[in-house]
Amino acid sequence: MHTVLSSSRASITIGPDQPFCIIGERINPTGRKKFQEQLRENDLSAIEVDVAQQIEGGAMMLDVNMGAPLVDEAKLLGEAVTLVQSITDVPLCIDSSVVEALEAGLAAYEGKALVNSVTMERERIDLILPLVKRYGAAVIALPNDEEAIPEDPQRRLELAKRLVGIATEEFGIPIADIVVDPLAMPIGADHTLALKTMDAIHLISTEIGVNTTLGASNVSFGMPDRHTLNAVFIPMAMQAGLTSAIMDARTAQIVTAVKAADLMRGNDEWGANWIAAHRAKQAAAQTAEAAKA
Amino acid sequence: MNTEEILKGLYDETMVGNKPAVLELTQAGLDAGIAPETMLFEALIPSLEEVGARFERGDWFVPEMLIAGKAMAGALDLLRPLLAQTGVESVGTFVMGTVKGDVHDIGKNLVNIMLEGAGFTVIDLGVQVPPEKFIAAIEEHQPDIVGMSAFLTTTMPMFKANINALEKAGLRDKVVVMVGGAPVTQEYADVCGADGYAADAATAVRKAKEFVAARRAG
Repeated sequence: MHTVLSSSRASITIGPDQPFCIIGERINPTGRKKFQEQLRENDLSAIEVDVAQQIEGGAMMLDVNMGAPLVDEAKLLGEAVTLVQSITDVPLCIDSSVVEALEAGLAAYEGKALVNSVTMERERIDLILPLVKRYGAAVIALPNDEEAIPEDPQRRLELAKRLVGIATEEFGIPIADIVVDPLAMPIGADHTLALKTMDAIHLISTEIGVNTTLGASNVSFGMPDRHTLNAVFIPMAMQAGLTSAIMDARTAQIVTAVKAADLMRGNDEWGANWIAAHRAKQAAAQTAEAAKA
Repeated sequence: MNTEEILKGLYDETMVGNKPAVLELTQAGLDAGIAPETMLFEALIPSLEEVGARFERGDWFVPEMLIAGKAMAGALDLLRPLLAQTGVESVGTFVMGTVKGDVHDIGKNLVNIMLEGAGFTVIDLGVQVPPEKFIAAIEEHQPDIVGMSAFLTTTMPMFKANINALEKAGLRDKVVVMVGGAPVTQEYADVCGADGYAADAATAVRKAKEFVAARRAG
């Protein structure tokens, strides 16, 4: 299964035979007090730094979320999408729980975006999937319903199946345009939760055959040395079938672990990407050395 | 073991989350005739307070806080009936729920465990809690504090809706309202008319205790 996202100038393919799709998570005000204050003043300048750092770090797509309290999220998301597209060609993931904000983001977007997200809640489905269809976008589907976020991998599979069924049959969205998020939970809250995520990824990717993504940094919430945990978790999830993640793209340790896993999984022919990254690092070190001398 | 050793053991073993040892020591304390409130207020609660302080400083982490809270809750199961008999005033009663439209509960459950560990009686209403359910629970349990959790910018406005419903039911002055959840901020808590906000479980417990102390003093 190939999910293709695009901007007006570039595209990316997500799939099990492709290098893992790194979606940068940083453009999100949650937990960023200063950024929240700036957004309340309509100041989007921090986004430019976020874009540069994530692209530099290896992001292949960027998630854009403007979910701060006490802001006009729809207006901000539309403006943020336009701003980000003016400085980078990578395709975007338009992220909000506010339907009007998703619509504003989609309206501003040039290309085929990934919408984050729809859940197996009827009310949300009827609001969000028509938008996805109208804009010809792809969508992230979360396997939770009105009752709960299920822990049981089988239950997550069932909900994902139903949601994919509704999206394809009732709304005519191609199955390739649905990316299921099997849900990453904090390992600090319960040390068995990562294995449940692995099981859910495996079940969903083999039984439904769709591409998958995770809000990967969730796994290390509340723990020390989050980078190492993230750097181990994502390659493990890749081996379970994960094909993309909304993740920390600014930390070399994590991105490098993903690139190494690409090679090990046979998705980096003759190690060309791995070797090229090594050369680039060498060249950068030499340039830095020369500048010092 | 003498009283001092038992109290010190309770303090130390609670801090490292050794639930079996805490239970054993609690029983040993009862057998030795130590008053339940002595164990609660001189060993268990101070131990959990230290855990919370270490967490707030960033020295301790979520799993350590969780197992300490669970160890403490185990001891409380033994002590609670006895404390009730002796008429010891409970630390406080806390009604908790994730607001309507929202099914996220990991953070809320973490706060519940820490509140119980701190000696609060917690009534957990679960997820997707509509205003009328909060009101019914407040009328039934007459808590000191009602806690509302929201994980989405779309469900945060339910804080205000719930607070309006409390006002309409004539209950707003009878209960402290605390709010929390990933996207929630102090500013948002102020704007929606809540009394308190906490960014994490340890801070939530500390603030809850401050609110109860202020209520009882006032």
